[in-house]
Amino acid sequence: MYAATKEWPAEAGVPAPAPAPAPSAVSSVRVSSTIAPDPLAIAALQGVSLSLGDPAVSILEDVSFSVAQGEALCLVGPSGGGKSTILNLLAGLVAPTSGRVLWEGKPVDGPARDRAVVFQDAALFPWLTLEQNIAFPLELAGFTKAERRERTEELLRLVHLLKFRGSYAHELSGGMRQRGAIARALATKPRMVLFDEPFAALDGQMRELLQNEVERIVRATGTTMVFVTHQIDEAVRLGDRVLLIGARPGRVLGDVPIDLPRPRRRGPGDVSAVRLVQSIAAEIRAEVEKVAREEADGAWGSSNSRDGSDPRRHLGGGI
Amino acid sequence: MTAAILVAIWAAASRLAASPLFPGPLDVARSLAAAAAAGTLVRAVVTSALRLVVGYAIAVVTGVPLGLMLARSDATKRALGPLLLGLSSVPSICWLPLAIVWFGLSEAAIQVVIVLGAALPITLATESAVRQLPPTIERAARTMGARGPTLIFRVLLPAAMPGIVTGAKMGWTFALRSLMAGELLFVSGGLGQLLETGRDLADTALVLGIVAVIIVLSRVSERVLFGPLERAIARRWGTATP
Repeated sequence: MYAATKEWPAEAGVPAPAPAPAPSAVSSVRVSSTIAPDPLAIAALQGVSLSLGDPAVSILEDVSFSVAQGEALCLVGPSGGGKSTILNLLAGLVAPTSGRVLWEGKPVDGPARDRAVVFQDAALFPWLTLEQNIAFPLELAGFTKAERRERTEELLRLVHLLKFRGSYAHELSGGMRQRGAIARALATKPRMVLFDEPFAALDGQMRELLQNEVERIVRATGTTMVFVTHQIDEAVRLGDRVLLIGARPGRVLGDVPIDLPRPRRRGPGDVSAVRLVQSIAAEIRAEVEKVAREEADGAWGSSNSRDGSDPRRHLGGGI
Repeated sequence: MTAAILVAIWAAASRLAASPLFPGPLDVARSLAAAAAAGTLVRAVVTSALRLVVGYAIAVVTGVPLGLMLARSDATKRALGPLLLGLSSVPSICWLPLAIVWFGLSEAAIQVVIVLGAALPITLATESAVRQLPPTIERAARTMGARGPTLIFRVLLPAAMPGIVTGAKMGWTFALRSLMAGELLFVSGGLGQLLETGRDLADTALVLGIVAVIIVLSRVSERVLFGPLERAIARRWGTATP
């Protein structure tokens, strides 16, 4: 073990991921546990920590931020950093170990219809057609059959899937499934939609198309949105504000307002967006390296315990 | 086509053997026809089928909720899990002696064996189907306001349907086996008893005929009971139709 850490070259040179003086665009890096109550906030986390499992592993540590009414907030950071957990907290699917999750000033005590979620795998119900999927939350909310039909058709039109109303999830492409999931999330007109890396599994063109759709739909409905992604350009593309989430345990590393004009279309001339992406990327790189190193160290540990031989013999063995 | 070839081979083999212990297809058909004409065959089939349906229905009605509880409640899993796994390795017919002591030579004794044989595979299949659901299905449902019975009946059970149907089908086979074993062991009026009669009279043609009837019944009942379900599942989940 000693030899392994010694031979790891990146170990020494990497600076601590403490909030370094921000390069130009990263204006205010805020790491604080006491946030003044924001009267405009529709949702907020206040000093939230979360540990899971036995022995307890700290997933989030002292996370505080608020989401303003109508805001598009993006959470960005390395995978496994607790971004999705933050989303689950806001949705009310998970309860914090300590701290408070607030929705309209009141503590969240479970999921509710005014906070909808779009999951990475779309999570359309396979036994229902697309149309039935979108009507499902409406039915649970007690809408009449006529209302359901009308609203479902409106939503199918909104996401351009009217033609596929009778299709089952497996008959739809990945992008269509996500659009269906977005329509389903919007069905009961929630006040906030939470997106959990919804486009991570899609190819580049489809992702861009759906980003445009999300921007269009969210603008059109005035919904507050929290969007989790590990792609910085996606966060800069969609967010009014980007929160940088560190990993292990997850915490807020920085808070970057994105003052780019809308609607945002990516083009070669989009220099300011590229600059923002680069500065955020620099901010996050240290964090990503920290995670990668931890994962590699873990691998070392297990390979050592397996055969007990000199670990140096295996250096580069897998290349 | 293959069936015709197999029957032809069977006929040839029995002709070669030329022994009353190895009847050919014609002898079997004749003895079945005789049993049918006497009414014993139809009565036996109806008796057995009724028993099977009743026992199986009880097995489904107990097995699915039990599996759901095992999947959803850790306390239930800890309390009953090891016991049920242990029981599932016991052939259900082993319970017949106890069932006879408890219920006498009665319908109830045979039902105990059928229910025990069928409910366990259904329980275990339901448990694993519910456990293996993608967690986002339940989370999505909860954010839509699904809780309690709505969550169970409108989301979890439909979502687990492919696994449950596989288990239910296995349960059907187990129920049939348990039924036949039970009927062989005491006078009962069903197909199993007809098999016993064939043995007592050294009527090998009748025995083979009953076996053929059992094969046909089990194939047909599976097709009728599970065919539509399996097609609906294949259509929805995009899996290949079996």
